[in-house]
Amino acid sequence: MPDLGKYATEVLGAYGVTLALMAVLLVLTLRRGRRARAALRQVEQEAQSHAED
Amino acid sequence: MSALLLRDLRLALRAGGGFGLGLAFFLILVVLVPFSVGPQSALLSAIAPGVLWLGALLACLLSLDRLLALDYEDGTLDVLATAPLPLEAALAVKSLAHWITTGLPLVIAAPALGVLLNLPVAGFGWLVVSLLLGTPALSMIGCFGAALTVGIKRGGLLMSLLVLPLYVPTLIFGAEVARRGATGMDAQTPLVLLAGITLGTLALLPFAAAAALRMTIK
Amino acid sequence: MSLWKYANPVKFLALSARVQPFAWAAAAVGIVVGLGWGFFLTPDDFRQGSTVKIIYIHVPSAWIAINAWIMMLIASLIWLVRRHHVSALAARAAAPVGLVMTVIGLLTGAIWGQPMWGTWWAWDPRLTSFLILFLFYLGYIALWEAVEDPDTAADLTSILCLVGSVFALMSRYAVLFWSQGLHQGATLSLDKEENISDVFWQPLVLSIAGFSLLFIALVLYRTGTEIALRRTRALQTRIERGA
Repeated sequence: MPDLGKYATEVLGAYGVTLALMAVLLVLTLRRGRRARAALRQVEQEAQSHAED
Repeated sequence: MSALLLRDLRLALRAGGGFGLGLAFFLILVVLVPFSVGPQSALLSAIAPGVLWLGALLACLLSLDRLLALDYEDGTLDVLATAPLPLEAALAVKSLAHWITTGLPLVIAAPALGVLLNLPVAGFGWLVVSLLLGTPALSMIGCFGAALTVGIKRGGLLMSLLVLPLYVPTLIFGAEVARRGATGMDAQTPLVLLAGITLGTLALLPFAAAAALRMTIK
Repeated sequence: MSLWKYANPVKFLALSARVQPFAWAAAAVGIVVGLGWGFFLTPDDFRQGSTVKIIYIHVPSAWIAINAWIMMLIASLIWLVRRHHVSALAARAAAPVGLVMTVIGLLTGAIWGQPMWGTWWAWDPRLTSFLILFLFYLGYIALWEAVEDPDTAADLTSILCLVGSVFALMSRYAVLFWSQGLHQGATLSLDKEENISDVFWQPLVLSIAGFSLLFIALVLYRTGTEIALRRTRALQTRIERGA
């Protein structure tokens, strides 16, 4: 850790906030994405079996 | 076109048309300001131009839902969209009606309310000029916002969220004219810019509003 | 233009699948190396002290915040003119990323300014413009959520993006004009225009590149999500009708 001097809280705070927000964005993006793709696969199978009936 | 204008004016002015509510809101807001910031006349003098502009803007915003929602519900908008009169012109006329029944009364009431807020003497004229020049833009921008949200159930709050950021340039320059006038400074630059915004808005937003309306009505 | 073939969702998804791994990896490298270099290996500024290190997160996030909106504007125009669904969905996908970047820009900007301004917020023209941009993003996303029919939503949000862009530009100049009235120790801009020496510049460029690649990767993935949702809806309707 470099010597951040008297601005340590500010600098670490800024980096912390940034990384936290980016992490949240990533997690939410991936969760929603996985759910949507799984739902699509399911519906595609359903449509497939309907077509075969 | 004049038929549409007269119709809108008549609808706004009859009982239940909401005329005067904007004005009443403006008054109440101005009265509340000293209660929130304290009655020191120097402070009130300093913030009077800005507060009056903000009050006029909010009063205008609150009366926007009448602009298109009622016509949407009773099918008038469908008629207007297919009428020989271009929808752009119809919306411009409706904005004009809105301004006459909402913006103009605010402009007229503003000096009286300025007295309540210790508006400096030099500021009265500039306040009226800036509001006169700026409120038509508020009506037209509001019309665009209303057109965007007309099909959305209970879209009033969303409309406010969309319209308020669009109001920022008008508010900045309008309030600046009023403030500079009140303190005796040269208000020409913001005045010209304000005029520019209003003219540009009036010229271009009817097209954007009509396009938005057509998307909803289809 | 051969680019138009990616308006076809299938082709777009194929391209996206090929590009994404590279984008994600390069983004990670750019961000880790850029921020790591900047944070650990650069000296302090003689005036701003160690707060100059915030530049490596503030500038890239602000850069993306603006460019995301520009991308949304172009995508909206493409939708309005050529009705390519992928374009409308890409705009929708980009908005939350732009929003988060705007928030990061605002927060880091405010924190960076705190030691100099002595307050956690100042109506500095740049920060104020970003606050307005934040509101535009909010409105855009809110409108997408509020309109039921997806095509109508795409239409209305596109018009909002167009008109909003004009007003955002106007606001930028209005805010510059408005902030001239500041008497508090001059508009302490965050000195980004000063000659930034190589020492700061190189990790900064890396960070900007990293953030940009992250934006691309996120938008590609999120657009894929939107396409999946849209296709799911379409299939469900077909199943209900057929059954």
